[in-house]
Amino acid sequence: MSTVIPTPQKPWESTLFEKLENVMIILAAFGLAGASVRLTGLNGKLGFFISLFISLLVLNFGFHFMKRGSAAAKDSLLKVFTVMAIVLTLIPIVSIIATVVSKGYKGLHWGLLTKDMALASVNDPIAAGGLLHALLGTIIMVGGALIISFPIGVLTALYLTEIRGSLTRPIRFLVQAMSGVPSIVAGLFILSSLVYPVTNALSGLMGSLALTILMIPTIARTSEEMLLLISNELREAGVALGGTQWRTVAGVVLPAARSGLVTAIILGVARIIGETAPLLLVSGGGDSVNLNPAEGAMGSLPYYIWKAFLTGGTPEAFARAWGGMLVLLAFIFILFGLARYLSGRKVA
Amino acid sequence: MSDTTGFNSEEKDERNMTTSQTTPASLASVASGRTMSQPGSSLLGTGLETRGVHAWFGKKHVLSDVTLDFAAGTVTALIGPSGCGKSTFIRTLNRMHEFIPTAAMAGEVLLDGKDIYAPGTDVTKIRLRVGMVFQKPNPFPSMTIGENVLSGLKLAQIKKSNTDELLESCLTRAGLWNEVKDRLDEHGGALSGGQQQRLCIARSLAVEPQVLLMDEPCSALDPGSTFRIEETIAELAKTMTIIIVTHNMQQAARVSDYTAFFLSDGGPGEMIEAAPTSKIFSSPQDKRTEDYVTGRFG
Amino acid sequence: MSLDAPARVVPVPREITTKPRRSDQIFRTVVTIGGMASLAILGLIALFLSIKGVHILVDEKLDFITGSTWEVTTDETGNIVQSTFGIGAMLVGTMLCAFIAILVGVPISVLSALYLTFYANGRIKKFLISVIDLMAAFPSLLFGFWGFFIFMSSAEYWAKLINKYLGFIPIFDVPTPIFERSPFIAGLVLAIMIIPIVTSISREIFDQTPLDRIQAAYALGATKLAMIRSVVIPFGRGGIIGGAMLGLGRAMGETVAVYTVLNVVYQINWQVLFGAGGNVASLILLKFGEATPYEVDALMAAGLILFALTLLVNAAADFLINRLGSKGR
Repeated sequence: MSTVIPTPQKPWESTLFEKLENVMIILAAFGLAGASVRLTGLNGKLGFFISLFISLLVLNFGFHFMKRGSAAAKDSLLKVFTVMAIVLTLIPIVSIIATVVSKGYKGLHWGLLTKDMALASVNDPIAAGGLLHALLGTIIMVGGALIISFPIGVLTALYLTEIRGSLTRPIRFLVQAMSGVPSIVAGLFILSSLVYPVTNALSGLMGSLALTILMIPTIARTSEEMLLLISNELREAGVALGGTQWRTVAGVVLPAARSGLVTAIILGVARIIGETAPLLLVSGGGDSVNLNPAEGAMGSLPYYIWKAFLTGGTPEAFARAWGGMLVLLAFIFILFGLARYLSGRKVA
Repeated sequence: MSDTTGFNSEEKDERNMTTSQTTPASLASVASGRTMSQPGSSLLGTGLETRGVHAWFGKKHVLSDVTLDFAAGTVTALIGPSGCGKSTFIRTLNRMHEFIPTAAMAGEVLLDGKDIYAPGTDVTKIRLRVGMVFQKPNPFPSMTIGENVLSGLKLAQIKKSNTDELLESCLTRAGLWNEVKDRLDEHGGALSGGQQQRLCIARSLAVEPQVLLMDEPCSALDPGSTFRIEETIAELAKTMTIIIVTHNMQQAARVSDYTAFFLSDGGPGEMIEAAPTSKIFSSPQDKRTEDYVTGRFG
Repeated sequence: MSLDAPARVVPVPREITTKPRRSDQIFRTVVTIGGMASLAILGLIALFLSIKGVHILVDEKLDFITGSTWEVTTDETGNIVQSTFGIGAMLVGTMLCAFIAILVGVPISVLSALYLTFYANGRIKKFLISVIDLMAAFPSLLFGFWGFFIFMSSAEYWAKLINKYLGFIPIFDVPTPIFERSPFIAGLVLAIMIIPIVTSISREIFDQTPLDRIQAAYALGATKLAMIRSVVIPFGRGGIIGGAMLGLGRAMGETVAVYTVLNVVYQINWQVLFGAGGNVASLILLKFGEATPYEVDALMAAGLILFALTLLVNAAADFLINRLGSKGR
């Protein structure tokens, strides 16, 4: 009896020949699409895209029909549809990122991060003024929102995962409902509850509070997911050692979920850092650096971008707007990268 | 019968009757006193053979060198303790093994003499000819009982004109007709566990397979349902080849013509011995087989 | 003595009680209060918006929702002489844009989710999921900008094509050939914005499809299409619809993207290709800058309606995803 162990194989994977067949079909579809664009009236990117789509469908169907029959032919159509859908999803993403980079870098200059717009107008040449005030404003307002949202979000998550009382379903539903509140409604709320009756002034603090409403659901939901990842055995171990629930949560569960909670913070920040509408209503959008959240209009990146876009009209103004957008997007990329890195480490 | 097979079922290849060298696994003539349709008929085919089948999950070698023949119209039981590769083996027979992303295999599985893993094989056609009944009954909850039975036709896009006849015949062969004939429009979930399993059997019969694989079909059922299903197996064996994985040795003794014993010593599972059922239980050749069937371990 | 089996007395289960320690009681109270914050906030939103806006609703009654005039006439001293507030036109616009967004966005999302769950594997899958999740984090202002500067010309071209060939259908007709900044374009931009969310939810639903049913279908000789149609879609139907409704809620409440891409004009406009329209959120933004306090109250009322609408849609979505979605079958 042979004692030689054969090599493991995967005979079900597409052979080189089959892969080649697929490539040929795709190329033929491109050819067919090109020809039909030439011959018929369809033109432009849309015309080519549609004829490519139809060519792929027709060629795939025909090929598989002859090879395997109608069931396999219909099955191949589904694959074409799903791949097309992914392509359609990716095209805007790529286009957006490319646009921000190509248009945004024109708005960059060395003084961007050190000057504000107190003395410059959006239509001035790029080198005048900068977005320091906007940057600081965003950091201050987001920080303020975080200080309030994080405890509330984590407490909500703790209720859902540790206490699991009778209010669990309503609370979960409410968090979901809160995540659907339109951002402008959050702004209106702060206006009607705080600005008009109480302070009668727009400020960074008001902006923070409006952002809090939008941030809490994200932090609560992400924290809940992260807390659920902590295995129950850990909690049981804490309780078996004689710990109260409070001590188990504070001493065992929360530390174990540390990186998950940081991820929740990062995702919460990413969620609100680009929010524009509420800030337009309640934060005032100042042009100079203002470090006092309680007094005076405070600028922010979204407000800066908005102002440049709407009040300007010159190429310089648009370049400023795109530059601001580039900075904003860079922040979001960094935040996302951090979150990925952290959750990658957690799973490992 | 509509020709849905990619293989030409009229073709009769010479069967390679392996006798010896590898393992004492060739089961030549059918010994039991069951009546059979003619071997080689388009329904029954010429049986299933495996040659040197190995299986891996990633780097882990889980099944080693199984060479076993299943003659047409026989019932073969695969016995052995948990974790020795029986379920993995049975899944290589209808190409379900490949669904696990890290799965790999080696060797050949010959249905009517043709390797089902040959490049260019239409796998959906294979699964029409080699059906499977799972351990946990899994009727489709979104379909009625009648729709469940005929779902195989719908899924494989087979057109049939006399579906009512087929429906009744499959349910009768599965031993369920009398219990559900008045409620074919009810949903599949309303039945008891044993009835659901018989529904799944009826469902797999609708596409007229040559071979039926059963992966511990009774392990989740009560003794009454088990008995009914064993009766069904006896009936079905007249028109198809059945391979049944079971943990229950008494069941193997009751239903099967041949039995194969699988064992793993911590490494990959191997087939230790295969013989007509009466022989394996009364005078097994290998000591490990003897230890298992007499209950010294397991 | 009887030979029957002795009567068995089944004991009654004991009541086990624990009196939590003081620190635990405080802990539970604090956590519960924190958890109720969402309820408090939502309640406060409803409260304050009503306080400011309810008198407008009382004045206008149902006309606020159905009427399509929004005007304020003031005399020289700035006092309001006459006013009519009706957000009807904007509600129509909200629905129109959101509807287009769903029509275009949901099929693409569901198909993408099918690709990710059943066709993609390994690194491609991880990469695509990351990219789509990243897209969900793009600020809406960015979509508005991109829509205005880059996408507008292509979308305008398509609108002209549709008008040329399908213009006999009333909604595709235009009173004057202005195709820029139309509800059609706004709807398309909104579609692109909701694709990440709906794809994500659909993907999670598809992932939860019970494996044994999928295997049963394959074991019967099903192709992937047949398996998806008979197992995945029936299982996930409720959840997909719930995901679509979440997308709908997002599209209905979107402000700056719509404001940038749509020519916000106060008129009812059913003709999707024509460059005029608006939605409630962008109306609020538009009028806010120069609104008198009285008008601001009307904007608050509009905000209240928008809040109630999106709450309703999200509630329905939640119901569909969580009750019917994965547990239904």
